[in-house]
Amino acid sequence: MAFYDGIFNTLGLRNWCGEGASEAPMSMADLLAKSSGEATKEEFFPFPSLDNLSESCAGIIQSRDVTKGIENGFLAAKPGLKTVLDPITQPLSWLLDGALWVFATTPWFIMVPILVAISWWASRSKPVTIFVFAAIMLMGLVDHYDVAMQTLSIIFVCTGISILLGVPIGIAMSKSDRLQRSVVPILDLLQTLPTFVYLIPLIFLFSVTESKLYGIAIILYAIVPVVRLTDLGIRLVDQDVIEAANAFGMNSRQKLIGVELPLALPNIMAGINQTIMMSLAMVVIASLVSAPGLGVNVLRGIRNLELGVGIVAGIGIVLLAVILDRVSKAALTRVDMTRVKH
Amino acid sequence: MTQEPKVRLRDLYKIFGAKDKEVLHHVKAGMSKEELLVDHRHVLGLQDINVDMQAGEITVVMGLSGSGKSTLIRHLNRLIEPTAGEILIDGVDVMGLSETGLRDIRQEKMSMVFQKFALLPHRTVLQNAGMALAVRGVDAATIDTEARKWLDRVGLQGFENHYPAQLSGGMQQRVGIARALTANTDIMLMDEAFSALDPLIRTDMQNLLLELQDELHKTIIFITHDLDEALKLADHLVILKDGAVVQQGEPQGILMNPSDPYIEDFVSDINRARVLRVKSVMEPLNGKKFAGDVAIGDNLESLIARSEGDTTLHYRVMDGDTPVGELHMKDLVKALVPRLSSTHTE
Repeated sequence: MAFYDGIFNTLGLRNWCGEGASEAPMSMADLLAKSSGEATKEEFFPFPSLDNLSESCAGIIQSRDVTKGIENGFLAAKPGLKTVLDPITQPLSWLLDGALWVFATTPWFIMVPILVAISWWASRSKPVTIFVFAAIMLMGLVDHYDVAMQTLSIIFVCTGISILLGVPIGIAMSKSDRLQRSVVPILDLLQTLPTFVYLIPLIFLFSVTESKLYGIAIILYAIVPVVRLTDLGIRLVDQDVIEAANAFGMNSRQKLIGVELPLALPNIMAGINQTIMMSLAMVVIASLVSAPGLGVNVLRGIRNLELGVGIVAGIGIVLLAVILDRVSKAALTRVDMTRVKH
Repeated sequence: MTQEPKVRLRDLYKIFGAKDKEVLHHVKAGMSKEELLVDHRHVLGLQDINVDMQAGEITVVMGLSGSGKSTLIRHLNRLIEPTAGEILIDGVDVMGLSETGLRDIRQEKMSMVFQKFALLPHRTVLQNAGMALAVRGVDAATIDTEARKWLDRVGLQGFENHYPAQLSGGMQQRVGIARALTANTDIMLMDEAFSALDPLIRTDMQNLLLELQDELHKTIIFITHDLDEALKLADHLVILKDGAVVQQGEPQGILMNPSDPYIEDFVSDINRARVLRVKSVMEPLNGKKFAGDVAIGDNLESLIARSEGDTTLHYRVMDGDTPVGELHMKDLVKALVPRLSSTHTE
C-alpha cells in the first residue's frame, strides 16, 4: 500500500485509477530493493511526484513517460522539420566545408600574409598586426597551425552569417517596438540556454557528420549580441540629428544609410566583437558534435587525460581569442575616432 | 505688404496626448492649460494661432520656455502634426500633402537651422553643408561648388575638410546656416539658432544673418527667447505665451504700445534707447529751428550721444534726402520711460 492510496479512495477516484497498484514498469530503486531482498521501506509523506502518485493510482503517468513523450513528440515532428530545415541550412554546410577546404589547402606562406594583411586593414595598428603575426607563427611552431586554421575558418563563416542576419534583424527591431518586444525574449532565451542544451535538439535534427549541425549551434549562440547592439545603436542615435534629416526631407532609406547606420556603427562594431568572441567560445564546445579545430584537442585532453595536449590547445584558443578581440577592438576604435578626433 | 503672405497659419491648435482630437472642443470652449492637464491629462501646445508671415521678412516668434514656440516652428514643415488648423505655404495647405509631397516641400521650400546644430558628426563640414542638395540628388560637382560658396560666405573657408566636432559652437552653427543657405530655399526656419552660443558670438551671428538677409531676402522664421535678439532681427514680432499669441506686429509698435501686462513686464527690462528708432518717436514736420539732421532709422541711443544729453534740442528727421518729420529731445526722453500698468508697483 502506497502512501497516497487513502487520498484517491476518499476522493472517489479509485475506479478511474484502476484497481490495485500500477502495472507500470518498476522504478530502478524498486528493482534494486527487490533484488537485494529488502522490502521497500514505506516513506512517510513522500513528495507527491508523478512516480509516487502512480504507485497508488495506475491512471497517473510516471515521470519517464514525460521524457518519453517529449522524445516521441520530437521524433514525430522530425520528418516535417527536416524537409523544411534541411534545404534551408544546406548552404551553411557547403560554406563551412568550403571554408575549411580553403583554409586547409592554402599554403601557410600565403595564408599568414593574408591574415596579417586583413588585421592591418581592419586595425591600422602596428602593435596589433605584429602580435597577430607572432601568435600565428607561435601556433605553427608547436604544430597547431592546421587546427587553429580550422577553428578560424569556422569562426569566419559563422560570424559572417551572424552579421549578415543579425544586422538586418537589429535594424527591423529598432524600427518596430512590437517586433522588439517579441524578439527580445527569444534573444534572452538563446543567451541563457546552457551551451550544451543547444546541441541536443540539433543532434536529433541533423546527422553528426554534417557540418551545419555545429554551424547552426554557433550562429544561434553568437548572433545575439550583434542583434541587440544594432537595435540599441540605432535607437540611441541623436534625435536632433534625426530631426534635421527629416527637416531636409530625407526618405527612410537615406536616413538609414546616411545617418542611422553610420552613427550606430560603433555600437554595431561592439556587437560584432562580442559575436566573434562568442562564436569562438561555442566552436570549442561544438567539438563535442564533430566540429574540427582546437576544441578537438581540448576534448582529447579531457577524455584521455592528456594534460599537455589539452593545455597547448587551450593556450592556442586564448591566442586566437586575443587576436580576434584586439583586431576587432582596434577596428572599433578606428571607427569611433572619426567622430571625436580633435 | 499687399502681396499674399508666404506662410499663413490659420486657427492652428496642438494638443499633446492620445485623445487630442476629443479634448479639442474643451480648449475651443476656453479651458486653460492647467485645467486640461489636470482633468484630461493632455498638454496644450498651441491654441488659436493665426499668423501671416510675409515673403522677404524676418518673422520672429518669441516666448519663454514652454510657450510653444519650438512646437510652432515644427508645424511649418510638419515635424509635428497639428491637432487642428491650416498651414498654408504659397497658398498650398501642407496638411493636404502626401508623404512624398511633404518630402518635396521639405527639400525644395524650407531649410532649418537647429539650436543644437544637428550636424552629421561623421561627415565633413563640406558634406554637411551640401547635405540638402545631396538629399535632392543633385550631382556632386554642383554640390561641391554650392557648398563651398556658402561656406565662404559664412566665413568658413579653409575648414571644408574638418569634422564638426573639431569646430567651436559658433563655427558649427555657421555650418548649420551654410547648410540651410546651400539648400537655396525661400523659407528658412531657425529654431533658437543662436541660443546655445555665447553673447559675443551671438551678436556676430545676428549681424551675419542681417547682412545675408539684406542680400538674399528670404522668408525667415526665427524662434528665440531673447527679447533683445527678437527686437534686433524682427520685421514682424509674434509673442507667444502658454501656446497662444499675446501680441504680434511691428516690434517698435509692440515696444511703444504693449497690449498686455505680460508684454510690459517683458519690455521693461530692455535697453529702450538702443532698440527704439527715430521713426517711433518723431512728429510731423512743423518747421522749427533744428540742431541738425538725423536719419529715420537711427536709434535713440546715438541721438542722446549726439545731443550730449541736452533735452531742449530739436532735430530734423530725414528719410534719405527728404525731410519727413521732426524729433524733440523731450519726447525722446519720455519714450525711454517704460509704460507699466497701474497695478504694477515695486
